[in-house]
Amino acid sequence: MNNLSGTGFHPISIGDQEFMPQQTTKTVDWKALREDFPILDQKVHGQPLLYLDNAATSQKPRAVIDALSRYYERDNANVHRGIHELSNRATAAFEAARVRAAKFLNARSADEIIFTRGTTEGINLVAAAWGTKFIKRGDKILLTEMEHHSNIVPWQLLAERTGAQLVFLPIKGDCGLLDLAQLDAFLTSDVKLLAMTHISNSLGTINPVAEYCERARRRGIATLIDAAQSAGHRPLDVQQIGCDFLAFSGHKMCGPTGIGVLYGRGEVLEETPPYQGGGEMILSVDFHQSTWKHAPHKFEAGTPDISGAIGLHAAMVYLDGIGRDRIAQHDLELGAYAFEKLAALKGIRLFGPPIGRAGLVSFLLDGIHAHDVVTVADQRGVALRGGHHCNQPLMKKLGVESTARASFYFYNTTEEIDRFVEVVREIKKFFGG
Amino acid sequence: MFDDLTDLYQQLILDHSKSPRNFRVLPDANRTAQGTNPVCGDNYTLYAKVDGDIVKEIGFQGSGCAISKASASLLTESLKGRTIAEAKNLFNKVHDLVTTGNLDGDVGKLAALAGVHKFPARVKCAILPWHAALAAVEGKGETVSTETEKE
Repeated sequence: MNNLSGTGFHPISIGDQEFMPQQTTKTVDWKALREDFPILDQKVHGQPLLYLDNAATSQKPRAVIDALSRYYERDNANVHRGIHELSNRATAAFEAARVRAAKFLNARSADEIIFTRGTTEGINLVAAAWGTKFIKRGDKILLTEMEHHSNIVPWQLLAERTGAQLVFLPIKGDCGLLDLAQLDAFLTSDVKLLAMTHISNSLGTINPVAEYCERARRRGIATLIDAAQSAGHRPLDVQQIGCDFLAFSGHKMCGPTGIGVLYGRGEVLEETPPYQGGGEMILSVDFHQSTWKHAPHKFEAGTPDISGAIGLHAAMVYLDGIGRDRIAQHDLELGAYAFEKLAALKGIRLFGPPIGRAGLVSFLLDGIHAHDVVTVADQRGVALRGGHHCNQPLMKKLGVESTARASFYFYNTTEEIDRFVEVVREIKKFFGG
Repeated sequence: MFDDLTDLYQQLILDHSKSPRNFRVLPDANRTAQGTNPVCGDNYTLYAKVDGDIVKEIGFQGSGCAISKASASLLTESLKGRTIAEAKNLFNKVHDLVTTGNLDGDVGKLAALAGVHKFPARVKCAILPWHAALAAVEGKGETVSTETEKE
């Protein structure tokens, strides 16, 4: 097996065994970790690539790319059905990924881990399966104003079907914080679900979700956490958060696209009906009726994304080799550094909290549209994002159509942020700002 | 290094985006249409006063990036006084221009939009107001979206 260059970690095995990577030093050499990411070593428009679109998707380390290749070169077969050796290996690797995901979230059991296509499908699964059974006409679903479209639209569809109503916890101003003091007033007896994001993908706000879940739980309200922006960025403990559901995507945390995890508390999953019907999820099928397996398999109809789960397994091992607590600290430092440097510029509007923010910064330059900012930055090798970031209701609340966003991951450095801020200066100059 | 950028953001484009021409509601417009790009939120309303076959007056309102706004501004200057058939013909020329960079005949100031073709992600920005203008002058009066434009 290849060594992970620059990290000193042992690579992961695909089977049901796992070699936990060893941390060789207490402090992390973030720059050295860049060598694990082949894609970072390239030029774009003649300039070294500066990838700052990590909130959209992260890059993939060699360990994940190799895990995918190895699976297809040696073990590929369908899972759960075959008697032959390759099928056994594929099944073992797929289920090992589920066990690892349970550990990643500190779930009580691997049966609480459902593989999905990503956060979006996870939330849709809850809305379709759990929501259809438990949400009735007149019930309220409590969301926040900073939710991604993927944590709004599935509830709108559910509300349309059931006659339920959506209610939104407001955010305050450009600093984009929720007011915890207001929460109790919103947790009325007709609220059946609180679904909220852990980290806002446009504001960088980190919500104290354990506190929110605790207050909801006291009133018997179910809870769902959108962990798309937090899963690869900080330690996650579903028992400590105390949520009923938590969804995340593999691709934003070094894993492949097309795979994600929905955690569901065991008791809740047991009473939740299936999501989609098909192979894999059934016990027996008759012409007119069927019985299905227990969770998590009753939620996984059809051949799953086996290689995706294996790639995600490699990603989780890789991240924990670095230490998600260290990544969270590095995120905080990069976020604060970028915010401070940008705030020193004239004619800039910044969104999200000045301190205690995640590793991303949304901004607007006076008189310059976000898309123009992103186009010019791209010509300087800097990958930013411009647009509504799937946050149209939030953009309306902020009174803007779009923002430009730089989002960081652990392989980004303060030197890169300096270069990014210099490019922002150039952009202002270019457009005469 | 910045050649492509200065092709895209020519002085004329920057000037029209900062000081858009005919940037107003026409009170006596008899044709309007809206153009939106759901990806970035660009949103323009085109107002036209069409007399018989002739675009007598044309104006626009809305917001968006430098490319879309400059394109809308240049459009209003180019379409005023044209017949509907000429407007459609010009739309096709601009479409070719921003997608391929090929200039078919003299399009005057609109030639400044040629740099767009090197930026595939920005073609929609440049063509959005043209879709809206065409919908307006042809009396379709609908909301057009860049999502009908092929990538």
